[in-house]
Amino acid sequence: MTDLTRLTLTEARDGLKAKTFSATELTTAHIAAIEKARALNAFVLETPEHALTQATASDAKLAKGEGGPLEGLPLGIKDLFATKGVRTTACSKILGNFVPSYESTVSGQLWRDGAVMLGKLNNDEFAMGSSNETSAFGNVVNPWRRKGSNVGAGSTGSVEGAHLVPGGSSGGSASAVAADLCLAATATDTGGSIRQPAAFTGTVGIKPTYGRCSRWGIVAFASSLDQAGPIGKSVRDCAVMLRSMAGHDPKDTTSVDMAVPDYEKAVGRSVKGMKIGIPKEYRLDGLNAEIEALWQQGIDWLKSAGAEIVEISLPHTKYALPAYYIVAPAEASSNLARYDGVRYGLREPGRDIAEMYEKTRAEGFGAEVKRRIMIGTYVLSAGYYDAYYLRAQKVRSLIKRDFDEAYAAGIDAVLTPATPSAAFGIGEKGSSDPVEMYLNDIFTVTVNMAGLPGLAVPAGLDRQGLPLGLQLIGRPFDEETLFSLGQVIEEAAGRFPVSERWWG
Amino acid sequence: MSVDLATVKRVAHLARIAVPEADLPKLQGELNAILGFVEQLNEVDVSGVEPLTSVTPMAMKQREDVVDDGEIADLIVANAPASDDNYFMVPKVIE
Repeated sequence: MTDLTRLTLTEARDGLKAKTFSATELTTAHIAAIEKARALNAFVLETPEHALTQATASDAKLAKGEGGPLEGLPLGIKDLFATKGVRTTACSKILGNFVPSYESTVSGQLWRDGAVMLGKLNNDEFAMGSSNETSAFGNVVNPWRRKGSNVGAGSTGSVEGAHLVPGGSSGGSASAVAADLCLAATATDTGGSIRQPAAFTGTVGIKPTYGRCSRWGIVAFASSLDQAGPIGKSVRDCAVMLRSMAGHDPKDTTSVDMAVPDYEKAVGRSVKGMKIGIPKEYRLDGLNAEIEALWQQGIDWLKSAGAEIVEISLPHTKYALPAYYIVAPAEASSNLARYDGVRYGLREPGRDIAEMYEKTRAEGFGAEVKRRIMIGTYVLSAGYYDAYYLRAQKVRSLIKRDFDEAYAAGIDAVLTPATPSAAFGIGEKGSSDPVEMYLNDIFTVTVNMAGLPGLAVPAGLDRQGLPLGLQLIGRPFDEETLFSLGQVIEEAAGRFPVSERWWG
Repeated sequence: MSVDLATVKRVAHLARIAVPEADLPKLQGELNAILGFVEQLNEVDVSGVEPLTSVTPMAMKQREDVVDDGEIADLIVANAPASDDNYFMVPKVIE
């Protein structure tokens, strides 16, 4: 039999329907792949028994010709999604052995539609990071290697040599999908945490419009920016995943009461006559020449598919990242106040309750999370609120207005690079200056600030042999256009599976 | 704007994070790097601009004022580091 883990989600779905193989066979193949890939550290919790139970139930449904749109398809779940009865930690020590008594709305909808859970995936602690180097469970390894690199499988189930990061914060999701450990994965994106790791691993990721997916049951980072979305092996796979993940939820007042389209129908739809904006402000001084060439290639592909290319201006682009580093930490400092050692997770004893709080939070949070909480606390503190937070929210209005004006002028979508570089090595960035790491999100963060949908799709390899991605930004709630345009790029560039499974 | 050591200490206390004295200077440097980076927002003319409160124009929904959940005290305390008879246990607060 062919290797079932090489299939895309939609190929596997079609194979199950045609009874070429069973959900149990498909799940077993993925469990075996996960066991062999522990050196990648993509999973923080494997749930093989849970998966096989779900697969058996799916097989019974499939035998009767029943089952949901994801029936019998094994997925990985980012450890930010609360999963009932299954440990959920946000990859922070402060949540300890937290076992939710409830299921996040998004993951619940996946099980409703028949999907199988293989386990929980690694991420940056509380989704704060761009390299998956802040997780309490350790770094995730990117299954991609530089040409001629010495990275290989070690003798003790670890990786030898200076490996590459998978990006973050959804590093486990991206690494697991790229290494064929699951057919697709859930992820979340606050400033680029779906699109940047997708670009670093040759996978596809979409952050839907703010409000498209319920945030209920997802560990909160910055509530006005957080959105869930999928990482998958193809544009079509992401379209199928998003249809199940999206939808109105009365438990999240910011979730939008709008019908969810059948996104798969948009895949392959003509893009003829669409107006694609190319924002001149994204042509940064010193932009990597390979990224520049990739962007031009993307423009050419869309042009040959009949789209019209229009240069546009988004004048406040350069202020998105600094404004983000006020708004996101401010919201994080407020959201993370709940981790106090009282209701769940870690508790460090103290002489009185204040000392218990301080010691618990000092012990439970990692360095990056502490930095952001402190920045957030400072910018919200008395006397500084107007100078920082209020000003940042005004700048955010201007960033959104830039996009509103472009769309009002008839632009259907915007094409940009997804990241300023390919995946970098472990420990290479941000050790002396946190801002160096933050610059990774320079192309993605505007999209969160304006609440828009953004799709990252792999489009080529750089001279080190590493994948590079392009980003498509859409009108609010028009994810369909992104899937149509993304498919054009995927057809032109091809998919980017990792050929050699060197890790085990 | 940059922060001095005393401010770092005050902010750490406000955030309820114990920071050892020896770690304060490093943290100060990191916080000042971030504050230096966000300084460029001062270049932007924001006069007459309303702060953004919601990216999607929608009216805040209201739910029926009814009890639709509850009676799950045991589930709520299930993950508590210390609980007794469905109460959270904490160090003495009032002397």
